[in-house]
Amino acid sequence: MANPLVEVKDLTVYYGNTKALSNVNLEVEEGEYLGIIGPNGGGKTTLLKCIAGLLKYKTGTIRIRDRENTKIGYVPQFTNLDKSFPITLEEVVLSGMINPKLKPFYRYTQKEKDRAYELLEKVGISNLAKRQISELSGGEFQKMLIARALAQEPKLLLLDEPTASVDAKSRSQIYKLLGMLNEEMTIILVTHDLMAISSEVRSLACLNNTLVYHGEPEMNDTILTQMYGCPVDLIAHGIPHRVLRHHHNGAQEGGEEKC
Amino acid sequence: MLNALFNYQYMQSAFIASILAGIVCGIMGIIIIEKKLVMMSGGIAHTAYGGVGLGYMLGIEPVFGAILFSTVASLSVGYIKRKGTAKSDVIIGMFWSLGMALGILFITLTPGYPPNISTYLFGNILSIPRFYIKIMGVLTLLILLVTVVFYNHWKVYLFDDEFAYIVGIKTAFLEYVLMIMIALTVVVLIRVVGIILVLALLTAPSATAALLTNNLKNRMILSSVLVVLFCLTGLWISYNINLAPGSVIVIMSVGLYFIVYAVKYILKSGSVGKWSLRKS
Repeated sequence: MANPLVEVKDLTVYYGNTKALSNVNLEVEEGEYLGIIGPNGGGKTTLLKCIAGLLKYKTGTIRIRDRENTKIGYVPQFTNLDKSFPITLEEVVLSGMINPKLKPFYRYTQKEKDRAYELLEKVGISNLAKRQISELSGGEFQKMLIARALAQEPKLLLLDEPTASVDAKSRSQIYKLLGMLNEEMTIILVTHDLMAISSEVRSLACLNNTLVYHGEPEMNDTILTQMYGCPVDLIAHGIPHRVLRHHHNGAQEGGEEKC
Repeated sequence: MLNALFNYQYMQSAFIASILAGIVCGIMGIIIIEKKLVMMSGGIAHTAYGGVGLGYMLGIEPVFGAILFSTVASLSVGYIKRKGTAKSDVIIGMFWSLGMALGILFITLTPGYPPNISTYLFGNILSIPRFYIKIMGVLTLLILLVTVVFYNHWKVYLFDDEFAYIVGIKTAFLEYVLMIMIALTVVVLIRVVGIILVLALLTAPSATAALLTNNLKNRMILSSVLVVLFCLTGLWISYNINLAPGSVIVIMSVGLYFIVYAVKYILKSGSVGKWSLRKS
C-alpha cells in the first residue's frame, strides 16, 4: 500500500484515565470495504470517530489522503439519536447537503429536494419521504441515515453499527446496499454483527483496545480468543465466506458468541 | 378586565409581557427539551439570583446583574460540558446554589431597608415596570431573530450535532449562542413567573405541544400560544380574585400537560382495547 486513503499511525486515545485505544496502526486502501469487529468497549466507535474527526486525540496521527477533496460520510449509532425528534425523513437527508456557512434564511433548493428523493429511492424508502422519523422502524431509520451520509457525496463512508436493532430482512438489504456502494466509495464498517464478516466485507480488522488482526475476512480461534478474551463459537452456514475454517459439533445458525 | 387593560399602564405592561413570554417560551422551551437542557436552565435561572442581589447591593438595576450572572453561568457550564473534564450536572448543581448563596449574601450587605425580592423569586406579572418590559422586548426580539434566521441550521444541529459538525457547521459557535439564548430567556421570564417557577413555564407548555404535534415549527407556535393563554388567564384570575399570578400560571401549565397526557393515554389504550376485543 504505497499511498493508502486512510492511514492511522500509533493512535492512542484516553477517556480520562481509561485507555480506549492503544497503539492502533491501520491502513485502508481506496476502494476497500473494511469491517471492524470487536467486543463492547473495545474502542470501535472511538476509532471511527477519530477517523471522522469527531474526537480529538493526543498520541498518534490519522492521515486521510487529499483530505481537502475527500468528503467523509458518517452514519452514527442510531441509539444516540432522538427518535422522537420532530423532523421528516426528507429533511434528515437534506441535512447532508446543507451549506455549513450560517447563511441567513437558508432554504434547500428544489434540486436538493429532488436529490434527497433520489437518495431515498436508492436506499429503498422513498415512499416514506414525508413521514416523521418517529414513525420509522429500526431498519428504515438506518437506511435514512445512510441516505443522509450519501447526500454528502462521500469518498469514504464510515458506519457505526448500521445493523443494530434492525430486523433480519433489513439487515441483509443494508449489507447488499453497502456492497453496491462499495463500487463507488471506500467503506469502513464497525459492527457487533459477525454476520457482516460473511457478507460483502473485503477485509477485516479485530479491535480490542488494540488491533488484534487485520487482513482477509476469515477468522480463527486464536484471534477470537485474543479479541474476546475467551473461546467463542463462530459458526456460519450457507454463507459464501465462512467465519471459521473448521467448526465444532453442535452447529448453530449464524455467529454465536458465548462468554 | 378589558376596561382596566385600556386604562391602566400596569395592565398593558402585563399584557405585553404575556406575549413576549409566550414567544420566548415557545421557541426556547422546545429547544431546551430536545437538547435535554432542562436542569441546566434551572441552574442558570437560580444563578441569576446572585446577579439580582448584586444589582441591589450596588444600587444598579437588578436586571443587569441577572443578565451578567446568567450569561456567565451558561457560558461556563457550556464550556465545561464541551471540555468534558467535569460532569456538567455537578457543575450545574454548584452554580445553582452558589448563585442563590451569593444573592442572599449581597442582599444582606445591601445598605438600608432590605429590598422586596419576592418579585424576582416568584414573579408578578402585574408589577412589571415599563423599563423592564422594554428589556424583555429587546431580548425576545433577539432570540426570535437568531432562531428564525438560522432555522434550518438549528434544526440540523438540534437533531444530530455530531453530524452537523461533520458537514462543517460550526457547532461550537451554535452551542455557545444557544447557551446565551437560554440565559436571556431566563432573564425575560424572571419577572413573569420568577426564578423558582421559570422551569415550569419552559417545560410544561412545550411538553404539551410535543404531545399534540410532530412538526418542529408547529410545536414552537403551539407552545407559544399556550404560554400566552396561560399568562393572560393567570393575569385575569389574579386581577379578579387576587391570587399570586406566577403560581396560577404554573399550576395551569402543568395541569394542562397532565390532562393532555391522560386524555392521550386513554384514547390510545381505548383503541387498543377495541382492537383486542375484535380480535378475540
